[in-house]
Amino acid sequence: MDSQFQFDWQAAINSIPFLIKGIPYTLMISFGGLMIGFALGILFGLLSINKKWFLKWPATAYIEIFRGTPILVQVLFIFYGLPDLIGGPIDPLTAGIAAIALNSGAYISEVVRGGVQSIDKGQAEAGLSLGLSRTQTFWSIIWPQAFRRMIPPLGNQAIVSIKDTSLFSVIGVGELVRQGQVYIASTFTAFEVYFVVAIMYLAITLSLSLILRLVERRGLASV
Amino acid sequence: MNHIVQMKGMNKYFGKLHVLKEIDLTVEQGEVVVIIGASGSGKSTLIRCVNGLEEFESGHLEVDGQALAPKGGNQQVLAEIRKEVGMVFQQFNLFPHLTVKKNIMLAPQKVKDTPQVVANATAERLLERVGIGSQADKFPSHLSGGQQQRVAIARALAMEPRLMLFDEPTSALDPEMIGEVLDVMRELAKEGMTMMVVTHEMGFAREVADRVIYIHEGQIVEEGKPDDVFDNPQNERTQAFLSRVLVR
Repeated sequence: MDSQFQFDWQAAINSIPFLIKGIPYTLMISFGGLMIGFALGILFGLLSINKKWFLKWPATAYIEIFRGTPILVQVLFIFYGLPDLIGGPIDPLTAGIAAIALNSGAYISEVVRGGVQSIDKGQAEAGLSLGLSRTQTFWSIIWPQAFRRMIPPLGNQAIVSIKDTSLFSVIGVGELVRQGQVYIASTFTAFEVYFVVAIMYLAITLSLSLILRLVERRGLASV
Repeated sequence: MNHIVQMKGMNKYFGKLHVLKEIDLTVEQGEVVVIIGASGSGKSTLIRCVNGLEEFESGHLEVDGQALAPKGGNQQVLAEIRKEVGMVFQQFNLFPHLTVKKNIMLAPQKVKDTPQVVANATAERLLERVGIGSQADKFPSHLSGGQQQRVAIARALAMEPRLMLFDEPTSALDPEMIGEVLDVMRELAKEGMTMMVVTHEMGFAREVADRVIYIHEGQIVEEGKPDDVFDNPQNERTQAFLSRVLVR
């Protein structure tokens, strides 16, 4: 082992322009996936608290399957497995977005379920007693309150999903980690490059935390 | 005879627990009926059946001329009944994400398509009437318990109900705030509102009620004018209950 190791600042700085090209892919996959995941989460989260078994069971099955299997397996399955079924290739970017969407969708379903169930049942009773329909009661009374409570766990899920995209280097999407691997293959400066990669992830997740904290403070101010 | 609520042989179970037993009760228009009884006697459940917040298992229930079938019945009938029946809850159940005024405007706008200006004017008038006109733009959490309950009454009144249900409206209040809520209810009774009130406020019951009903273990065991029920109860269970709650 080389105890004379010295951090090569120049190598780190030199890698930045190449690595930065990965950021748009990382953001595209995470936020594209999260947006679809949010839609899936609302849909399946609400279905999972429905009393009708034929709505509840499929939703519960979806949630359990995508929470209970590793996202790496999910993306490999989508990218290498699904083409056999649909008879054509899937591009890596689409596969990545689909994996984040399906995976975060399962977790967000649980966030939605928890948020909605945390609202006191007196709220629904008050809405119904005033003559509002079940749908009106839900969307004008329950959902706005539940959504506010969902903001912190949603932010948490966004951060997890951003980091999960790093696994998608295995399917060859040019996101941050993939860019790093490619760069290291020709410069052999693994320490410096992965250090810069880590800093870039941190910059993305910290900015998001900051934004979320501001949103949260505003959202909760009135309650 | 112009009855707003009519119950005949109504039964209600929570699982195996028989909470309402063969209830026969009629409420006439303009009448104030106060329901008293120990906790767990079924008095809250009884009024929650009137607007369908609780289902009943058998018997007959008619509200404002519309029959509500056992086991939930028809959603459309339920919706019609709820438009005509206001309810005030023990825990107020105001909507914390809406201002006081928006709390009151919500139902008229959503259910009756009342234009915003009209709903707004109604809300302001009702807030004046319950004595908190200056709090319209605050959020409920910034109001005292007594003020919140008065907002809840105004919110129910905004739908211009023909019947008001009160489910222990003062039980969650600090003692010094009970009076202000009872005052509003007293005014309402004076103006001719038909009311069903579940309460532990015996003074209010004696003063405002046209009829007092005592429920024991899901059965109506005594019913009559307040003075008769309070001063000369016939049933020994009523006597026992009143001797516990009345400070003489």
